[in-house]
Amino acid sequence: MTDTLSTEQLRLEVAEQIVSALNLDVAPAEIEPNAPLYGDGLGLDSIDILEVALVLSKRYGFTLRSDNEDNVRIFASLASLTDYVAQHRTQ
Amino acid sequence: MRPGPGQGLAPLGRVLHSGRPVPKSPLLSHPSPDSPVAWRGGAAISRNAFLAHARQLAERMPPGRHYLAHCADRYRFAVTLAAGLMTGRTALLPSTFNASVAEQLRAFSGDVFVVTDDPGVDSELPLLRFSEDVPAPDEDLPVPDIPHEHAVAWVFTSGSTGAPVPHCKTWGKLVLNVQTECGELGLGRDTPFAVLATVPPQHMYGFETTVLMPLLCGGLLVAERPFFPADICDRLAALPHPRVLVTTPFHLRTLLEADIAVPAADLLVSATAPLDSALAARSEQAFACRLLEIYGSTETSQLASRRTLDGPAWTLFPGIRLVQRDGACWASGGHVEQEMPLGDIIELDDPRHFRLCGRNGDLVNVAGKRSSLGYLNAQLLAIDGVRDGAFFLPPDEDDIGRPAALVVAPGMSVQEVLAALRQRIDPVFLPRPVIQLDMLPRNATGKLPREVCQTLLARHRGQSPA
Repeated sequence: MTDTLSTEQLRLEVAEQIVSALNLDVAPAEIEPNAPLYGDGLGLDSIDILEVALVLSKRYGFTLRSDNEDNVRIFASLASLTDYVAQHRTQ
Repeated sequence: MRPGPGQGLAPLGRVLHSGRPVPKSPLLSHPSPDSPVAWRGGAAISRNAFLAHARQLAERMPPGRHYLAHCADRYRFAVTLAAGLMTGRTALLPSTFNASVAEQLRAFSGDVFVVTDDPGVDSELPLLRFSEDVPAPDEDLPVPDIPHEHAVAWVFTSGSTGAPVPHCKTWGKLVLNVQTECGELGLGRDTPFAVLATVPPQHMYGFETTVLMPLLCGGLLVAERPFFPADICDRLAALPHPRVLVTTPFHLRTLLEADIAVPAADLLVSATAPLDSALAARSEQAFACRLLEIYGSTETSQLASRRTLDGPAWTLFPGIRLVQRDGACWASGGHVEQEMPLGDIIELDDPRHFRLCGRNGDLVNVAGKRSSLGYLNAQLLAIDGVRDGAFFLPPDEDDIGRPAALVVAPGMSVQEVLAALRQRIDPVFLPRPVIQLDMLPRNATGKLPREVCQTLLARHRGQSPA
């Protein structure tokens, strides 16, 4: 569970799910924690964000909404996404 | 882009040389000033308020006769369209908006300006930003009549050579197409149906089905465009019945896979790519309503519809004709502005019914956005530092359908190639993966055999760290 899993382990786990969900051409450990996921960083677009949201919300048991959360902030980087998962996971 | 649309703008009320009045149709069909035309932030907006907002914007528009509506809010897109129609202006609807598109639009029509509701947007083109909406006036504003020959919009397809191809959409043909669509979808024109959509208003499907159809057939357009599955369900549940969800196979799949409670709708409409019958069945069950698909293209607008669960055959809209000629299927008649070849391989069952049997080799469709390999290749080769290169479609493409690319660019990294491409094409078409080579394995005729591309891809994936 969250308290036994270090941030770094969770970050790698999230990165692995991004890479596998999107079939990306990069190793999970090579994703820079603070580089942007959108645009010029990892190069994700809104189609990818929906795919990633689907996989992560099923894996960790939370629901993403665009009205009540700042998605630009959540999906800003691997680090911010991992923070969000750590705070909102129910499983 | 072909320069200049010329002086295609007819001043309102112009009379034909014969002396007969120009045929016209009203901007919207809602019967009274209080009739709701839109739903925004959980509240209805009346016809009179809508007309006041459009008039307010029209008064602030600069002198240019062409505009680009860069609005995320569908209501504000509709207000911009109405303001343009009231003043005889023409919209430019490129499939995406970035620096190179802005340059192309200026070359197309030197007087273009951008209307935007995005405070973060910056452009070389003149910008008109939305101000606070005026309250609805006490007096009843008249509904303007728009001449059928008025050029409402130029839409652009990617063509096969790298130059965007413009297509003109006139008011009379759009009205005909959208009223036909409303009938084919079984939506009563005297029922105020609410239209929620996951697709943007700037593409033909969204433009016609989520903006023009509510305006012209007495419906309510919904300003917000929900993104996550939970957003879509929340928004839909908050709408009055009858309510319609206009979406794509990609959005339907992600929504159903999310395993969340889905509210009942009265109609689902899907387009941009054919839906498989299993997903259609799950969708009809989840939303407790029928799902109808629309077939069309940017060039031709909407041509046919089907209920996916009734079988693979599509029924043409009344007045549309399909003819097989020169290795392509050509559409004409009805609202189609001029005879056009379709990008799909079509088998005619009879003059009113057909089946889709795949797409022509050049067409690329990524989650419903369309381009062509020829166009993407031309953009890749135009990058300074790229010596040779080609896009291709992987054999095992999923329902998103992203292309891959082979690139010869000594001295450039994959990231640099992608960054340069990002300036030129819609990001959904960015290739995954980019495979760098010393030279492309072209055959004696200069072509890249499909099998060779697939072998290179398989080898690359074998080496890939993922």
